[in-house]
Amino acid sequence: MTAPLLAAEGLTKHFVMRRSLLGRPTAVVKAVDGVGFTLRAGETLALVGESGSGKSTLGRLVLRLIEPTAGRITFEGRDLLSLGAAELRAFRRQAQLVFQDPYASLNPRMTAGDILAEPIALHGMVPPARRDARVAELLDLVGLDARYAGRYPHEFSGGQRQRIAIARALAVEPKLIVCDEPVSSLDVSIRSQVLNLLRELRRELGLAYLFISHDLAVVKHMADRVAVMNFGRIVETANAEALFAAPRHPYTRALLSAIPLPRPRARRERIVLAGEIPSALEPPPGCHFHTRCPFAVERCRVERPELAADGAGHATACHRWTELPAADVAAAQPHGSPALDRLVAAFGQAADGQGEGGVVTVEGTGAPALR
Amino acid sequence: MSGPLLEIADLKVVFRGDLGRSTHAVDKVDLSVMPGTTLGLVGESGCGKTVTSLAVMGLVPRTSAEISGHVRFAGVDLLDLPDRALRDLRGDRLAMVFQEPMTSLNPSYTIGEQIVEAIVRHRGLSRRAARAHAIDMLRRVNIPAPERRIDDYPHRLSGGMRQRVMIAIALSCDPELLIADEPTTALDVTIQAQILDLLRELKASTLSAIVLITHDLGVVAEICDEVAVMYAGEIVERAPIEAIFERPGHPYTVGLIGSIPRLDRRDDRLASVPGRVPDMTALPRGCRFASRCPFAAEICVSAPPPLTALGSGHWTRCVRAPIEDLVS
Repeated sequence: MTAPLLAAEGLTKHFVMRRSLLGRPTAVVKAVDGVGFTLRAGETLALVGESGSGKSTLGRLVLRLIEPTAGRITFEGRDLLSLGAAELRAFRRQAQLVFQDPYASLNPRMTAGDILAEPIALHGMVPPARRDARVAELLDLVGLDARYAGRYPHEFSGGQRQRIAIARALAVEPKLIVCDEPVSSLDVSIRSQVLNLLRELRRELGLAYLFISHDLAVVKHMADRVAVMNFGRIVETANAEALFAAPRHPYTRALLSAIPLPRPRARRERIVLAGEIPSALEPPPGCHFHTRCPFAVERCRVERPELAADGAGHATACHRWTELPAADVAAAQPHGSPALDRLVAAFGQAADGQGEGGVVTVEGTGAPALR
Repeated sequence: MSGPLLEIADLKVVFRGDLGRSTHAVDKVDLSVMPGTTLGLVGESGCGKTVTSLAVMGLVPRTSAEISGHVRFAGVDLLDLPDRALRDLRGDRLAMVFQEPMTSLNPSYTIGEQIVEAIVRHRGLSRRAARAHAIDMLRRVNIPAPERRIDDYPHRLSGGMRQRVMIAIALSCDPELLIADEPTTALDVTIQAQILDLLRELKASTLSAIVLITHDLGVVAEICDEVAVMYAGEIVERAPIEAIFERPGHPYTVGLIGSIPRLDRRDDRLASVPGRVPDMTALPRGCRFASRCPFAAEICVSAPPPLTALGSGHWTRCVRAPIEDLVS
């Protein structure tokens, strides 16, 4: 088997929050605490967890935007942590990042065209004479009109800005994109446009995504594999299908059961976690989840569970998962009325026909509609 | 009383801008909330749902906006009330919870002082009695160790706890109506589930009615009895909760529901609403959604569509309704 595109082993990042007078750390947040995973070319691995679970830190570590405290990262078999400055820059061409907030991640003083041309020039992607044409291609690729190249970020909507951020990541033809909550700040209807775009690009360009999200419904839609994080550790990882069909770790079950379903009077067993998310400065000993876990026993309070995989690659870090009752997976039961399904299908098809980036015309009038 | 607790009729809020351009943030909105029910007000950013709720609470400054229509609360038109009388109602019989628990609490007062303030203002209790009541309220919203927590400053609390404190303040005088504006949007899903459970429980025990403002149809399905969908300042659909997910009557609602990734199956593409919301200072003459609507026809752009009945309590602002006939 060839080497995976990206692999991490024992990856750890500690942030020192307080130091003593002599500079010794007195308070440390273990944002990422011994994490290992692999990502194959063209695959999407989702990192899921609540705020503070370390998923964004992990995303930044694998791009070496921050340096790990310990551990190993390899990209196509090469050790990332030993790269020098020039090699690191070459690596950045292979791996890009799309941030959550498209209002903060685009320079307001640069036009969309300049924003896209910068990485092209920096990495010498095309001869200078071809740059404008390449910018136009990139805009087209993300469903924006090439005429928009001269516009500034404030002239775009949130969804359009996120498309520009994605185009910028694509400008250097990467193999991997780390998507850090790429749709969380977008309105519902725009969110689905961007998700559709990310899926299309993956299919057309063979991209691999490290997809960071707190939204499990979005993750289900995007991911091939899922890793659930809690307090800097992966507590469960599996193929997306397997994880959603039969979640094992109580934390995963709680996350799944907490998703509000667009389905009135849905009958399901909810695991409502009691209490607050503990402080990251002093996570509970043993299993970090035991203070909120409805199944915790004495052993969970003292002994840290290791992430153990079964034959199918479904790994769980829980002392008790084999004894627990099967999870209620009502969320995954088919639902929706036939009338609704027909309407949604018709809406989707007709709306796709209208195109997303170009000028929309009102059917029957031929008149360009307001954009 | 058998009539609605809150009845909004022909509510308009117009912000006057420069160069004679005005924004019709809320346009001819009719809504009613019966005692004992939860109404979900759904829509995307800028559709007017928050402005509607602020207008109900008398929190849209009259200096910057023209407000017309009627907002009848228990028979009294709030828009006619002098400020003083409105202040007596607000926080007492009418309460509101805002989206941002991080910014809506005063950082320089303890949470106890902020709850006590409301109780003393409206109930005229002594500070001592008010404090006891405040501790009781904190306990009711599941704040652990409320006797100690009451003297904490807001920064000592997590987002979920602050939101519960906001709810405790809102409920401290037993309001009849609670307006909750995106109360769970800033929170993690597990904490969101706690807050939704709390709202559900409170409605069963004390509150008479809730208006829940949200962009999340999942949240609506969890706790609402009725839904109103807003688009570009207008109500485009009103329906009982089952009806809207069974057979939505407005194309925009279909687009919103179709945009949510499903947990029960894997679709290659999600439905999405193409284009973007119209410029609120230059609205089209016909249907405001027509430019983004896959079912639009010539008739849609010529005149503004009225709200038409589809079934019991189910209304849509679409001239092509029932739209399911267009696809069968």
